[in-house]
Amino acid sequence: MSRLRRSMLFVPGNNPGMIRDAHIYGSDSIMFDLEDSVAITEKDAARFLVYKALTTLRYGKKELVVRINDLSSGLGVADLEAIVRARPDVIRLPKTDSAKDVIECEREIERIEREAGIPVGTTGMMAAIESANGVLNAKEIAFSSKRLIGIALGAEDYVTDLKTTRSPEGIELMFARGMIVNAAKAAGIMALDTVYSDVNNEEGFIAEATMIRKMGFDGKSVINPRQIAPLHKVFTPSEKDLMKAHAIMDAIAEANARGSGVASLKGKMIDKPVVARAQYLLEMAERAKTITVEEV
Amino acid sequence: MEIKKTGVAGTMESSDIIVRIEPKNTEGVELTLESAVMQQYGRQIEKVIRETLEGLGVTSAYVNAVDKGALDCTVAARTLAAAYRAAESKDYVWNGGSIR
Repeated sequence: MSRLRRSMLFVPGNNPGMIRDAHIYGSDSIMFDLEDSVAITEKDAARFLVYKALTTLRYGKKELVVRINDLSSGLGVADLEAIVRARPDVIRLPKTDSAKDVIECEREIERIEREAGIPVGTTGMMAAIESANGVLNAKEIAFSSKRLIGIALGAEDYVTDLKTTRSPEGIELMFARGMIVNAAKAAGIMALDTVYSDVNNEEGFIAEATMIRKMGFDGKSVINPRQIAPLHKVFTPSEKDLMKAHAIMDAIAEANARGSGVASLKGKMIDKPVVARAQYLLEMAERAKTITVEEV
Repeated sequence: MEIKKTGVAGTMESSDIIVRIEPKNTEGVELTLESAVMQQYGRQIEKVIRETLEGLGVTSAYVNAVDKGALDCTVAARTLAAAYRAAESKDYVWNGGSIR
């Protein structure tokens, strides 16, 4: 099973204190940001800082992601020159409008991997979709590279493109979320949701997290460590769900032992998708348990 | 690397360090350092700054650093940023490698 990505904590790339402490909050992934959280005059300094942190500090088994600047900004290739050599797990490409954006970025990554003697293909990628055009191209983006571990929604730029604003209910994001989650699942990669900016509204945050989990998303970006625990709670199967999943697996095992192809539980037939969902739930719970044990 | 003008990098925030590098007419790197943890880490911070500059081939410069409890990797990163800015250079050399 692929790793859990329930939470991806944004860490501003020019903030040494946050870079130092990023691993203590328990997020599944840490995302060092060279893009929007870094002033244009500090791009070089942030690049040095993130490079040095990645090549010096230990973050245990956390997944390490770096959000670079987009290639059309004139900063993206310079970011890649540094960051690919620092060997993060994943590079997040922002403002992805088409498969071409991913392919161009991948070409640069591959060139740098070759130059640096890094095994080609070992740097993962994720693409953030942040425009109306990008949402319409979600499928071709999701299928554009074997390096992609997932695609993500970047809502702030997207709602600006739609000429609307974000609401607590997120009605303006329904189409984008639907497209992105479907495209990701069709390509067999993860769907990762956008940040919830109102850090003081925990109720709203939990409601949004619950909704996106229901939609099929695998996780969400967070901007404040406070959001990690409630997010993990939403994305971790409840005791009730687990008991049901175990009961389904037991019923299947019993049916198999009887040599019967048909299993039922409390009068309801258990078919293949039900088993697949139960298996996925149990795997998710197992992964979450492993992570918790590692952190202790 | 030739230091052509004043280059500064870093902030006064906790865990950071400000490194200021200026041109000097004579050979040698003259370093002044202020740190809240001078007694414990002063020598280590100075060592990281000097080694970083040596790695860049900077042999002549005035360096002033004000430390706010930065880790070695931050000291090195800020020294690199200040030096490249002071040299008006963007020919960055990334050595790669990771201890993870």
